[in-house]
Amino acid sequence: MFLTKEEKRLLKGEEGFAVRKSMEILVALGSIYGAQKLIEVGSVQVAGVSYHNLGDAGLEYLKELARDGKVKVLTTLNPAGMDLKNWQKLGIDENFAKKQNLVIDAFERMGIIISCTCAPYLIGNLPIYGEHIAWSESSAVTFANSVIGARTNREGGPSALAAAFVGKTPYYGLHLDENRKPDIHVNVAADLLKISDWGALGYCIGKKAQNEIPYVTGIKNATLDELKSLCASTVTYGSKPIFHIKGITPESEKHKPPKRTITIRNIDIKNAYKSINDDFSDIDLICVGCPHCSIKEIAEIAKLLKNRKISSNVEFWIACSRLVKQMADKRGYTNVIEKAGAKFACDTCMAVAPLKGRFRSVMTTSAKGCYYSRHNSMMTKMGGLDECIAAAVKGKWN
Amino acid sequence: MYSGCSERKMELKGRIISRGTAEGEALSTSQPISFYGGVNPTTSEIIEKGHELQGEKIEAKILVFPNGKGSTVGSYTLYRLKKSGLAPAGIINKECETVVAVGAIISEIPCIDKINISQIRTGDTISIKDNVVTIK
Repeated sequence: MFLTKEEKRLLKGEEGFAVRKSMEILVALGSIYGAQKLIEVGSVQVAGVSYHNLGDAGLEYLKELARDGKVKVLTTLNPAGMDLKNWQKLGIDENFAKKQNLVIDAFERMGIIISCTCAPYLIGNLPIYGEHIAWSESSAVTFANSVIGARTNREGGPSALAAAFVGKTPYYGLHLDENRKPDIHVNVAADLLKISDWGALGYCIGKKAQNEIPYVTGIKNATLDELKSLCASTVTYGSKPIFHIKGITPESEKHKPPKRTITIRNIDIKNAYKSINDDFSDIDLICVGCPHCSIKEIAEIAKLLKNRKISSNVEFWIACSRLVKQMADKRGYTNVIEKAGAKFACDTCMAVAPLKGRFRSVMTTSAKGCYYSRHNSMMTKMGGLDECIAAAVKGKWN
Repeated sequence: MYSGCSERKMELKGRIISRGTAEGEALSTSQPISFYGGVNPTTSEIIEKGHELQGEKIEAKILVFPNGKGSTVGSYTLYRLKKSGLAPAGIINKECETVVAVGAIISEIPCIDKINISQIRTGDTISIKDNVVTIK
């Protein structure tokens, strides 16, 4: 791989330990994947924040990097393992909180914005069409590539950090035109009536287009929240972190539908629910906000919860970024939601919080959320927002 | 492939992923390894159910496997092993991927790939020096 004089200097360690390690990582990944050079990135999103996933090893590495590492570009952070302010209310253990705070301190020292959200595009890390970025967090990577038309590979936590310290990433994979072409045509002939249907559609697409790029037709319109849900689901269930939707995503116009076609019908959506839904009726936890809720979704939740009371048998969590919650506070949504007995889980989410062993079952609007909850040994149910709220009020499913 | 012959000194050239020198006993498998969830970070034992090397400790070994798999958090598992003195002395891959490359670099474990790993058997004494593997 070609390196400029300046890049060679960084590789030698002339800007310190963190930059040298970062250059070693970028150069190694560049040569593994056949990059010709490094390119500048506009922003970075760093995953690998929850102490639940990092453990002491990850924490130690981050502390070592934080000694002399400073990010060179706008860098935002994925959710942590807990609400950084109200962790006690959510039943997080004190030792975990202590370690999680040390992780956050390390990121803070690096100059990273402690946004703690998987939807950075909702809070000011919003790339533009064609911009090269280095993001981790698969749902955000898919959103950036597909909905915005920005360009990023699916980075891991350490490689995203490396890009942040150097301000560059190796030029390969989804940064290049030829690797963004669709492989398979997905014709959607199903009705998408509620938010969870988009997760179910993503499940069908992901399962059928394993490691491929889907070109989707048959969708006439979509909202940001629906696309956010679709992005999380397709990549979780197996397709590449990019898709094109005819008439909706910007790069769809560059391509024609590939010959190989699969059709998703109502029966496929129904079967997706069948595979995602376990058989149980007592729900311990109801969680919305995977990916993190937008302010519009919170407004909807507040409307549905007004003058209702959540059953004392269940916990109801709304996961969002702290910034979005601040808007909800000002608008009065928070008041309505908390009066009904629901809790905000800012800075964190159901995929990365230490929930294993605490809850036996969860209901959510999110297909991705179900996937990770099963990893945490929980039984899962997926439904629309009003179904989740009905279950929360009743204290059980149906 | 095994000739039974004691003299089979051989040199294999690969690509440097993480530069360094290492020597040790080979622990070799034809199956990919997941470091996150597949290796116990406090004992260095391979714990993936049904893995060829299940129950083997990778500490101080030259670990030979085709490629890594699984979560990128696995890079930190290698780092943790290194910090507690339980890391493999070196890593040899057929085709290195992100998790192992990043893990080897941050932990300063010598790692090379593009090696025909079927030439290396568990128990061989081998060394890694830059891009060359020597089977002694």
